[in-house]
Amino acid sequence: MIEAVAADLLSRAHRGVIVDSPPGAGKSTLVVELSGRLAATGERVMIVAQTNEQVDDLVARLASAHPDVVLGRLTAGDYEVPERLAPLRGPALMFASKLTELAAADVVLATAAKWALVKDGEFAWAILDEAYQMRSDGLLAVAPRFANGTALFVGDPGQLDPFATVETDAWAGSAWDPSDSAVAVVRMHNPHLPVHRLPYSWRLPSTAAPLVAKAFYPFTPFDAGSDAQDRSLTLGAREGGSADSALEDTLDDVLDRAADEGWAWHGLPAAHVIRTDAEAVEACAALADRIVRRGAEAVDRGAGYSRTVSPDRIAIGTAHRDQAAAVRAALARRDRAQRGLTEVTVDTANRLQGREYDVTIVLHPLSGRRDATAFHLETGRLCVLLSRHRHACIVVGRAGIADLLDAHPHTEPVRLGVPVKFPDGWAAHQAVLAHLGAA
Amino acid sequence: MPTSPSAPQVAAAAQSAAAVAARLDSLRGPVAPRSHDARTIAALTVNPGCSRRAVLDAAGVDKRKLSERIGFPARYGQSPFAITRGLAFEKQVKADGCAALLGLLRTSLGFDVPEHEYVDLGADPDASAPAGGVDRPTRYERTRELFGRVAAGEALLADHPLLRLDVGGRPAYVEPDVVALSARPADAAASAPARLYVAEVKSFAVIDGQADPAKVGAAATQAAVYVLALRRLLASLGADPALVAEDVILVCPKDFANEPSAHVLDVRRQLAAVERQLARLPRIAALIADLDPAVDFDLAVDPPAAEGEPGREHRGAAELTKSLSMIEARYAPECVTNCEMAFHCRAEARAAGAADVLGRPVRDALGGVAGIDEVLALADASGAPGAASGGHGEAARLLRAASRAYTEALLVAPRAAESEPPAAA
Amino acid sequence: MSTLTALARARAAHDGRAVPIAAVRHVHLSDEPFVLIPLMQAGEAAAPLAVLAGTDRDDAHLLVVGQPRNRDQRFAFLTDFARLLIPYVEQRRARTETVEATKNHEEWQRCTDAPQLILPNTGGVDALRLLGRSARFRTPDGPYPVDPLVPLLGRHLTWFAEDRAAMPGSSVCLALTAVLGQHWATGQSALEDQHLPALLGWIDPPADMTGAEAALRAEDPDLVPPAGPVTDPAFDTGVLAPLVRAQEEARAADDQRAIAKAEEELRSALGAQLRQTWETVWRAIDVLRTLPAAASDELRWQVDRGRFTDFVTGVEEGAPPQPKRPSAVAAARRLADLEAAQQSYDRSQAIDDPLVLARYRVGGEAFSGRITFVDAERQEIKGKRAWPRPLVLLHTEDDVILRPGVKLASPSRVNQTVRLRAVRPLEGSGFEVELELQSGMGRGKTPEEGSLPVVGEERCYATFLAEQRGMRPELPETDQTPWTHGGPPWPYVPRAEEQAEDWH
Repeated sequence: MIEAVAADLLSRAHRGVIVDSPPGAGKSTLVVELSGRLAATGERVMIVAQTNEQVDDLVARLASAHPDVVLGRLTAGDYEVPERLAPLRGPALMFASKLTELAAADVVLATAAKWALVKDGEFAWAILDEAYQMRSDGLLAVAPRFANGTALFVGDPGQLDPFATVETDAWAGSAWDPSDSAVAVVRMHNPHLPVHRLPYSWRLPSTAAPLVAKAFYPFTPFDAGSDAQDRSLTLGAREGGSADSALEDTLDDVLDRAADEGWAWHGLPAAHVIRTDAEAVEACAALADRIVRRGAEAVDRGAGYSRTVSPDRIAIGTAHRDQAAAVRAALARRDRAQRGLTEVTVDTANRLQGREYDVTIVLHPLSGRRDATAFHLETGRLCVLLSRHRHACIVVGRAGIADLLDAHPHTEPVRLGVPVKFPDGWAAHQAVLAHLGAA
Repeated sequence: MPTSPSAPQVAAAAQSAAAVAARLDSLRGPVAPRSHDARTIAALTVNPGCSRRAVLDAAGVDKRKLSERIGFPARYGQSPFAITRGLAFEKQVKADGCAALLGLLRTSLGFDVPEHEYVDLGADPDASAPAGGVDRPTRYERTRELFGRVAAGEALLADHPLLRLDVGGRPAYVEPDVVALSARPADAAASAPARLYVAEVKSFAVIDGQADPAKVGAAATQAAVYVLALRRLLASLGADPALVAEDVILVCPKDFANEPSAHVLDVRRQLAAVERQLARLPRIAALIADLDPAVDFDLAVDPPAAEGEPGREHRGAAELTKSLSMIEARYAPECVTNCEMAFHCRAEARAAGAADVLGRPVRDALGGVAGIDEVLALADASGAPGAASGGHGEAARLLRAASRAYTEALLVAPRAAESEPPAAA
Repeated sequence: MSTLTALARARAAHDGRAVPIAAVRHVHLSDEPFVLIPLMQAGEAAAPLAVLAGTDRDDAHLLVVGQPRNRDQRFAFLTDFARLLIPYVEQRRARTETVEATKNHEEWQRCTDAPQLILPNTGGVDALRLLGRSARFRTPDGPYPVDPLVPLLGRHLTWFAEDRAAMPGSSVCLALTAVLGQHWATGQSALEDQHLPALLGWIDPPADMTGAEAALRAEDPDLVPPAGPVTDPAFDTGVLAPLVRAQEEARAADDQRAIAKAEEELRSALGAQLRQTWETVWRAIDVLRTLPAAASDELRWQVDRGRFTDFVTGVEEGAPPQPKRPSAVAAARRLADLEAAQQSYDRSQAIDDPLVLARYRVGGEAFSGRITFVDAERQEIKGKRAWPRPLVLLHTEDDVILRPGVKLASPSRVNQTVRLRAVRPLEGSGFEVELELQSGMGRGKTPEEGSLPVVGEERCYATFLAEQRGMRPELPETDQTPWTHGGPPWPYVPRAEEQAEDWH
């Protein structure tokens, strides 16, 4: 696969090459490997990623994989060099806020926002990471830097689309819609660019890949890169005899199921409640707590690790920021903080994109709601939440979601020229619910 | 995969189906059922959670008449100007064996439309036919026979076809504008089989490539009904339903004149939605099983005893309203654009002080509390929210925070114009 | 939808009267606005039927399309309409003021006034937009010539209804339903609020009715005609269609008297439909004037005046009409402008109006409380300098969902950026918030007198108030559009086909 993409790029037969990457398909490995090969041609390479964390991750991996390539990290004025990169600073890794100061670098990396402020400079090679999450107007600001070269667009088409804070209806369906994703606009104007698809997810376990592929990537399915035997999650013994036995038993049942099958549904009684549903929030926190208390051992023979699932390898995903804040507050309870649970990542789907954990807990976007809205049904949101894990994913929600979907009106407006996403969010939610055996 | 039912199961199912049908008929009373058409079938997708509407539609009750009888007449209607314009445009597009439509398919959409025969199923070769053209069952049979030929490989353009869909046990006749025959889209291989494309002619304009999204959505759902009906027809003839494409051709006036333009619409989502709603219809049985036997919507009026006197209504407004109240509705302000009962359900919701009248987003922001009085009680209560709030403890906290923020803000003076303005953006 | 606004609606439903959700008016009201109420023909894309327009409530001008089915008539209508609107616009150019040169631009002249169109609802604005689009590409010559005023009107209408109406913070083209809805919450739904008479009924009911009753009455098209641009289908069927038919018969018979009579009756019927809406619109404007103008009003109107000056200068200098399709670069610029304007408008509304700011408190994006501690001496050494970094503690009852590290500002001191360092729950209820002041304290090593909050003071902090120091990204010139966006677009060349639209 890497060879095919490299061949397409190096042949310079096309101005751009697109690589669709399902979750955990080894996109970063691809980017790192190709950066090395492109740099080896002697011409300068620019790399665009969406967030500072993503850029710094790439810097670290590039420095390690290709130590003889000179890297330049272009930064904003208030950027602080993170600890893990500080030791690498030197002739092979320079930091600067002006492109001119990085003239000696073979590969220059920066966020899209920073590249957008650069007025001059040309590169023969460009790699745009998470290109489906980049907005068309963001690409427009960066593209002049590689307009005479060749570009590689890599990203996950199943994750969240970029959005605008104002109405963009006036442009919907047209080729000049600035709120479209970068890849969508490039393809609309250049329909004959080659598109490659990474075929395996190395992150998702064999229990998860089929569901995620079917629900979110039905026309471009992928397989798990691992077998059922390769991975396991083993939980420690159940504690017994505490005041909350009944509740703890339920939680333990859920966790055991998750360890066995890779998925589990933790159902709460049906009710229409506010977003920061205290019972659901507490359930999420309690599940994370229980995993740490019982002790969970995650083994991956393929990747070659066997480790205790520490709090920083657990993530709790929500749809809204206030829900995430409430879960964080629940984890910050004194006894839980003492167990290190404040290290658990708690975030919204938007911020969880691109990240990976051993076990994830998801507060179902439709839990406790009376009506579904486009925001909650958005496929990308659910896809991100359900594809962060290597071993198990537990979904928490109140009963009644199936009824909610049943009662959902299907009167969406249709805009001419906008390609239809099918199956849509509604169908994806149905598929997931059915699989989880939820109500 | 469910196993096929055994004979006793089939018999039992048939019997209960008959019972349901009988109850539905009695709900309607001695009046002919209102038959479905494509628009009303499409409307099934609009508020699937509303049992009241589902029952009324299943029973074939004339909702418009019902709304008039209970004193909340629906205010629908199309302007005669719109109707005239629509007919004129359709006529223009379909003139000369749909010449304009074919031209558009070939040139602007790049379809490969092979030589074909044009058949107008609505035209009657027999001049002595009753006014209004051919009757429906005959037309349906003709259509069926025609598509039999299409399935066998003939290339045809069918104008005014009449299709049928089984809706809750009763046939509904649906009539697409045109079923463009066998054609191949621009990017299909020459060896690919030609498929059947449904074409819809609408008179709303497409300006600079864009049209009113709500209208396009409605057209797409309506077209999906036709696609579904045609697929079922082909299946019943033993042919492959996938021969009917999921892309539909929408023909609209371009910009501000009468020149038609054609657009391809992918209706897979709408198809899935319609199929799903049709499959849900049997759950009506559960909805009406527990209904009080006195509930019915008999709109019949006896002929007057003497000249000039009104006939006796079988049911008065009060009885009809009471019957309605026995079936739960799911009112939202959007109902007004979709359902003839909307004004009644709105008045009912208002009288009950339901937060639904404020709209879905508002209700959502109120934290799931159903009644306006309850919302205000929670917002204004003092003391710790908890058990006293009837299970809405958190909503109470949220509402009180909102109330407090508002009252505090009322006491703060707005910024005066003389002070330093914020830095310009 | 903030819970605060939702609660206001619930209250309004209960009280029977609209509840204010703004303390000041966030929209500029001109002393002499141009009110217009368009009626459009059903079934057509941009076919006007009539318009009632004017700058004085006692002086309404009624323009009617004489023969609605005759498409050429619509351009005669537009010509008459142009004769009303263009002079109004021109009058606003009479006086200018000098704007001083800055490093970004030279000295220039800005009009001291700008035109303002007021329509009953957003449908009316859309109708104007379509009329503008249908008119601005027509020419005085060619196969379907029109009066030169028509394309000029088209460009003006496009500027008003498309360019400016969508721009957050602009007051040049107002839809009253949207403006009223910005300032009051009714006890009905947002959908029902689209009907201006019903909306106004909630806000300003007559003495003998509740808001709900007034709104219900206003929904009856026989009592209160719709505010347009769509006409009541029953009116079309019962009144309009017969009149149009009568007119056509009179023309066919070439009976001059009958023609004149038919036209007069048509005019009269349409005028009657518009009359009540006219009164309603002026009443709505009166109601809006009862609200004091927001503090940022002058500044925003100044921006409007500047854009107006640019527009009329452009027209005068012979710039081509706004293109049908924007280029990728133009669209990207427009999106950036819209987003920046939205952000700026949201900020200024919250700064100017405590009721607006309150909405954000419930969402967790802002919190308000009492200052309990100030450490004014605290400093940070960066490079060779010591920077003042006072620490402030604040107690709040609001839910704080923000994460440490975010930047905040207070409406009373917008230029002072503050960083959130920690949030700690308090015994009982509420939170203690730890803040670090980062700017707005003067240039010295120690904070200036009066630049710090005082213990005991009530303060509100919000994320979106903190100034975004982001610079606008560099977009390429249109003729340098990269291949990713299709390369440079074809230059605009007006083509004969654009005027040669088939009319029959």
